[in-house]
Amino acid sequence: MHEDPASLLPLPSATFHILMALASEDRHGYAIIQDIEQRTDGALRLSAGTLYRSIQRMLEQGLLVETNHRPAPELDDERRRYYRITPFGTKVARAEANRLHELVRMARASGFAPGRA
Amino acid sequence: MMRLYRLLLHLYPASFRNEYAGEMCAVLARRLRDTSATGFPALWIGVFFEVVFNALAVHADVLRQDLRYTARALRRTPGFAATAVLVVALGIGANTAAFSLADQVLLRPLSFPHPEQLVKLWQTEPGYTRLELSPANYADWKKMSHSFAAMGAYNRNAVNLVGQGEPVRVDIAMVDRDVLPTLEVQPLLGRVFSPAEDGEGASGTLLLSYGLWQRRFGGDPQVLGRQLLLNDERYTVIGVMPRTFYFPNRDIELWTAIRLKAENYGDRNDNWLEAVGRLRGGVTVAQALSEMAVITAQLERQYPKENEGTRANVYPLRDDVSKQSRLLLYALVGAAICVLLIACTNLANLLLVRALMREKELAVRTAIGAGRERLVRQLTTESLVLALLGGAFGVVAAGLTVPLLARLVPNTLPVEQATAFDWRVLLFAGLLTALTGVVFGVAPAWRVCRKADLTALREGARAGSGKKERLRSALVIAEVTASVVLLVSTGLLLRALWKLQGNDPGFRTEGVLTLRTALPDPKYNATATRANFYNRVLGDIRQLPGVTGAAYISFLPMVMGGGIWPVEVAEHLTDRSAPHTASMRFVTPGFFSAMRIPLRGGRDVEDGDTLDRPLAAVVSQSFVERYWPHQNPLGRHFKMAFQEHTIVGVVGDIRVRGMESNCEPQVYFPYRQVQDGWFQFYEPKDLVVRAEGNSGALLPQIFRIVHAADAEQPVSNVRTLADIVESSTASRAIEVRVLGAFAAIAFLLAAVGIHGVLAFAVSSRAREIGVRMALGARRGDIVGMVLFRGALLAMAGVIPGIALAWYAGKTLEALLAGVKPYDAATFLAATGLCLTMTMLGCLLPAWRASRVDPMTAMRLE
Repeated sequence: MHEDPASLLPLPSATFHILMALASEDRHGYAIIQDIEQRTDGALRLSAGTLYRSIQRMLEQGLLVETNHRPAPELDDERRRYYRITPFGTKVARAEANRLHELVRMARASGFAPGRA
Repeated sequence: MMRLYRLLLHLYPASFRNEYAGEMCAVLARRLRDTSATGFPALWIGVFFEVVFNALAVHADVLRQDLRYTARALRRTPGFAATAVLVVALGIGANTAAFSLADQVLLRPLSFPHPEQLVKLWQTEPGYTRLELSPANYADWKKMSHSFAAMGAYNRNAVNLVGQGEPVRVDIAMVDRDVLPTLEVQPLLGRVFSPAEDGEGASGTLLLSYGLWQRRFGGDPQVLGRQLLLNDERYTVIGVMPRTFYFPNRDIELWTAIRLKAENYGDRNDNWLEAVGRLRGGVTVAQALSEMAVITAQLERQYPKENEGTRANVYPLRDDVSKQSRLLLYALVGAAICVLLIACTNLANLLLVRALMREKELAVRTAIGAGRERLVRQLTTESLVLALLGGAFGVVAAGLTVPLLARLVPNTLPVEQATAFDWRVLLFAGLLTALTGVVFGVAPAWRVCRKADLTALREGARAGSGKKERLRSALVIAEVTASVVLLVSTGLLLRALWKLQGNDPGFRTEGVLTLRTALPDPKYNATATRANFYNRVLGDIRQLPGVTGAAYISFLPMVMGGGIWPVEVAEHLTDRSAPHTASMRFVTPGFFSAMRIPLRGGRDVEDGDTLDRPLAAVVSQSFVERYWPHQNPLGRHFKMAFQEHTIVGVVGDIRVRGMESNCEPQVYFPYRQVQDGWFQFYEPKDLVVRAEGNSGALLPQIFRIVHAADAEQPVSNVRTLADIVESSTASRAIEVRVLGAFAAIAFLLAAVGIHGVLAFAVSSRAREIGVRMALGARRGDIVGMVLFRGALLAMAGVIPGIALAWYAGKTLEALLAGVKPYDAATFLAATGLCLTMTMLGCLLPAWRASRVDPMTAMRLE
């Protein structure tokens, strides 16, 4: 049922960041925003609209699922919805990372980026 | 604060809002907690733009998704998609075309300033409602009336234009100094006529139409001051009129000052002026009419003999459309509305069936969590896509039809022939179909979702409730009704057309070529000079191989219906029961034989009929029957056109005014019996040539002959006589064709509708049919059952259809040329056709029903 991961590439940067935020654990919306903000040293701060618009699309594309699994009760906020990355989402994220890696490799070869070619 | 944010969230689609509003509020609440008070304003501004931007983006996402889904759904059911689009296209196309035309001819204000104030004035006499004015009456009306801010008079003519390229024949209007100021138009270049230029004896001045200026002078702005020869008289160009100026109609290519002479005012019965007036502000047409009634009564007392029974007719210039043109248009618009209604009904039907088929699908989607709003929105998108696609094809269809309809634009109006595409109508028809689509496409979905008890999901649920079927049957019945009305109307008009075309024009058209060589004054002022020209041309033409007859006449029948004069017969002077008028023509010998008009007694006009002999006249049969029934008319006298004439011959009647009008009796005078300079308007100018074989092949030789007789003489209006007769019913023929197309469409749609309803009924009742068959019903019974239902639907539509068609026929009666609006043959044919077609539509479903295998049908559940 899922499409070929490559057909979704390149990913919009918000989508890729959300996938990265969910790589280690299920999170709710605000936690995703905070995670991305920390990861990028405050350079990227998703708005609620951008976040949920992306989430909606990612749900449709099968990159995420809403999960019933909740963390320990003391950390939980009942109203929150938690999202989990799907195996397909992982595959797509890997494909995107590969794509970016290849891109950087080529950039090095042409002298645009530091490091070994 | 949060309330404001919740309000802002309404910009999002409801489905998105329902899903995420709570989350988004929570996110914002956390963010507010993390922000210092000083950061608030910036945060809020950011939030506002963020919401607007993302809401639009989400809407676009949803739309993209819906379009994708629609495309998929329509691809899955190409039959449905194609039918729906076709139906909508036909409805929209037909209406856009019909209303564009009606709007141009009947509604749109004329392109003059304050067009509602412009009126046309005519003289009326018992038996005639639109007579031209005599200069004397015009002058008196103008002087005595107070209802008009301005009034102008004009006359149409045709002249030979020499001095710029090939000599040509052009239609001109001779206008007095007040016509253009009355219309309040300004020339594009130069100026209009000054009072001095319109004075008696002033030298000639003219205004060019934009078209002539472009064609003949290449749009040269230096054209002002140029001298041109019109009928050998010198005229100076003083201006060019704007491109959109048409007056009195679109054939006129230039305007000259009329320069009425004192002698023109002498005879009150010399009617040749048309008049246009501009009502004073606040004066209504009715007020002007009543004032004119008083004035004309006063003039009648003053001139009891000349103005006996003379009154005035005043009506808006916009309404200078014949009753026939008007009715033809009404019929067209009525038919178009029928088509639109049928198209909408059919679309509704298609969508209802589709909704029923999809009930299960929708229920499934609701069950897996699709919101009702989301489904409705998606179905709306689907309906709108269908309407839009249909609309696009409709525009194409209308674009193809409008030029075809252009010939229905009557040439009595100062409007363009090319009909502008009416976008408002397109929009209206589009909205109507879109509305139909949305209502009938979405309502079922709404219902399914509301039920929410998922009955549709239950295995074996029968699609379609009884109520729904009744609704769809009603829609089909309406379609059948409308198509019966259209078929009958078309049938009646077609019969009228056949009847008219079957009428005997009074002459034979085969192998007759006609053309015009209008001899200009003053070059051909003398009767003898003209006679030389005719004899030379006719003599040479008669020598051509295959030519069996050639002659000249003042005006060809059906091309010019006027030229009507009062007749006085000594024995009938006191008889006022009927208008005593006849059409007057001058002819050369041989006209009757060339036209194959039978000579019933006496002789043809002769070359020997000159002014030194008593004035001779050949009259038509009806002239004789009116004055001397059952008596020998030869040698009798009557007075016409100021002189006494003696009847020397009697010929058959011809249809001077066209195939469908009643005509005055005809009187023909010999071409030589006219004083020099008299009756210039009636100088023979139309040449008829009868030849065996292809008469068109003679044309180059005829041109050479005319050129040899006078190198400056233009030849114009080359047509075959058959073409002239045919174009006398051309607007009808077009109308019948268009109505026929509409009727065919309606008819087809009705058949499709019936087929759809029955096919669906059969498939949704497969189990019932299976049970019946298992219980011993024979295939024949099943087929009969389906056919019976079809026949019931058809009859239910046909009966009101007949009643409505009868009413439509009554309305069209004036167009029917004597065919009765309750013409039984037409009604029988139309109903028969309708019933046959609906039964054919039933056959496939009936056959399918008979193929139902009881075992499969029951196991399927």
